[in-house]
Amino acid sequence: MIVQQIFNGLALGMGYALIAVGYSLIFGILRLVNFSHGAIYAFGAEMAMIFIGMRFGITAGIVTAMILTGVLGICIDKLALEPLRKKKSKPIASLITTIGISNIITNLLIVFLGSEKRNFNNIFGDGSIKFGNTVLTHTQIMMCLVSLALMLILMFIVYKTKIGLAMRATQQNSKAAAMMGINVDFVIAFTFFLAGVCATIAGALVGGYYQIVYPNMGFMAGLKAFAAAVLGGIGSLPGALLGGLIVGVSESMAATFLGSTYRDAIAFIILIIVLIVKPNGLFGREGIKKV
Amino acid sequence: MNKDAKEGNLMYKFQKITYTYRIYLLLITLILFVILPFVFSNQYFLTIIIKIGVYVCLAMGLNILTGYTGLVSLGHAGFVAIGAYASSILVVRHGFNFFAASLVGMIVAGVIGMILGLPSLRVSGTYLSIITLGFGEIIKMTAMNFTALTNGTLGIKNIPKPGIFGFTLNVTNYGLYYMMLITVILISLFCYLLVKSKTGRALQAIKTDELAATMMGININYYKIIAFVVSAMICAFGGSLYSVLIGYIDPNTFNFDVSTLILSIVILGGMGTLRGMFVGAIILIAFPEVSRFLMEYRFVLYGIILVLMMRFRPQGILGYKSVLPYALSKSVKERVDKLEGNVL
Repeated sequence: MIVQQIFNGLALGMGYALIAVGYSLIFGILRLVNFSHGAIYAFGAEMAMIFIGMRFGITAGIVTAMILTGVLGICIDKLALEPLRKKKSKPIASLITTIGISNIITNLLIVFLGSEKRNFNNIFGDGSIKFGNTVLTHTQIMMCLVSLALMLILMFIVYKTKIGLAMRATQQNSKAAAMMGINVDFVIAFTFFLAGVCATIAGALVGGYYQIVYPNMGFMAGLKAFAAAVLGGIGSLPGALLGGLIVGVSESMAATFLGSTYRDAIAFIILIIVLIVKPNGLFGREGIKKV
Repeated sequence: MNKDAKEGNLMYKFQKITYTYRIYLLLITLILFVILPFVFSNQYFLTIIIKIGVYVCLAMGLNILTGYTGLVSLGHAGFVAIGAYASSILVVRHGFNFFAASLVGMIVAGVIGMILGLPSLRVSGTYLSIITLGFGEIIKMTAMNFTALTNGTLGIKNIPKPGIFGFTLNVTNYGLYYMMLITVILISLFCYLLVKSKTGRALQAIKTDELAATMMGININYYKIIAFVVSAMICAFGGSLYSVLIGYIDPNTFNFDVSTLILSIVILGGMGTLRGMFVGAIILIAFPEVSRFLMEYRFVLYGIILVLMMRFRPQGILGYKSVLPYALSKSVKERVDKLEGNVL
């Protein structure tokens, strides 16, 4: 029973981790909590559903959705956030802007697709593997494998490639990075693209897991993923993975032992405890306060 | 450059006029609002006006915290919920008078505001916003799950209208409208006095520079908690007012959208101003009503308003800085004059 719940939680947590990565990447570079990320995730899931429904084949459908969502991320940055950076606005201005954008995306989805919950076809089939009492569905196993693979690819991009080097440089000091000849705007746009891509894959996986997709799905998932990102130490990729897994497992535990109505509250309780006890999270660097 | 000077001049004239005649302007506005229900006695119209008044109160509450102290809260719907639930439960189940019940609601919210204020001493900026966001969600979840007290997702129905001396206040006999008007006036007056007081100046000092405020001997922890408590109490009262206006509350009445709506009012009107709250509330609450012809697109437009405001006028519609000379109080003025006389 407990083992079963842990596995369920791990599969779910992988989904959260993928969304959390988006928060982490953007926070790392812009010091901005991107509240529109939940809406981007919902957009990605909806697009994945539409393109898979168009009989391109699953892979082509998801790749198209990924690119489209990534481009949406770039548009958000170029149209709304970059002008604010150029004006050197207060951080609160960007925060409110992202809330506004999330409003726009979610409501446009509702206008064009309707607010009802739509059935999302199970991508990986209905098969399952049994270990004694524990049942692992193919969907769960594939969720873990795909997410892990994506995490590895992301880490490779961030820690081994040239653009990753530029990203880390921008993260440390964007002004100095610009002086070293790094195109900071391009790096930020690329980060938004990566975040959008991860959100789409998360959307397709989680949508396939619950077999349901709707425009407001991003709100709760986004908040929980954010809790995961903070728990792991925002700005850190391994942190996002671990945070996502912890949130996922504790959520499925809470659903079993406290009743399913408490499953949504547990992420926030974790979040508040972490922020009070260790605001930098498990893997976060200690922030230095300059006078 | 030239244009700026001209605009500055216009601004100066405008502010000078509004400042000189402020008492007359206030009186005219007040009279207009007192006779308003007799001119437009449409129920629907009055309900919207009362709703705007309720949101003015809520925005005033958040403004103390966000506008003056600089602590951005994304979970004020939680305090609204506490006020609404506490007063409704006491009125419906225990037969309390509305005013006594809302007072209890305010006290409960104040205590919880103090508890929520404690982490604000440890974390700052974005992290604090996120704690408040989590707080709002936890209050909502509690309202959903604590069925014995809150009746869960079914909510509390048939909340009676408040009464004074056997006289029931509702929308039809304008009682609710005048209660809203008096509440708004009292809360505005309270906020005005608070902002002008020593506490208000301390709060603004914290917003401008926390470190410098500490150096000036301001007890930051104390004033931050004060800001949280006052803000929570005002919002709780707004919540109980809302509950009697609508007559029905459930956990989803107080979701994240309400928190962002209150914050949007504060930001649209102009953070750290009192006048802005009125304009922000009128625009954002009346907007969904007057734009019904836009159908579902009006929520999209609402997001676009937020984005455009942040892009082109982040200080809010009425968030201009005063260009008038700083108004000294009478006693201070006398002393300064005396001093200058001595020097000369």
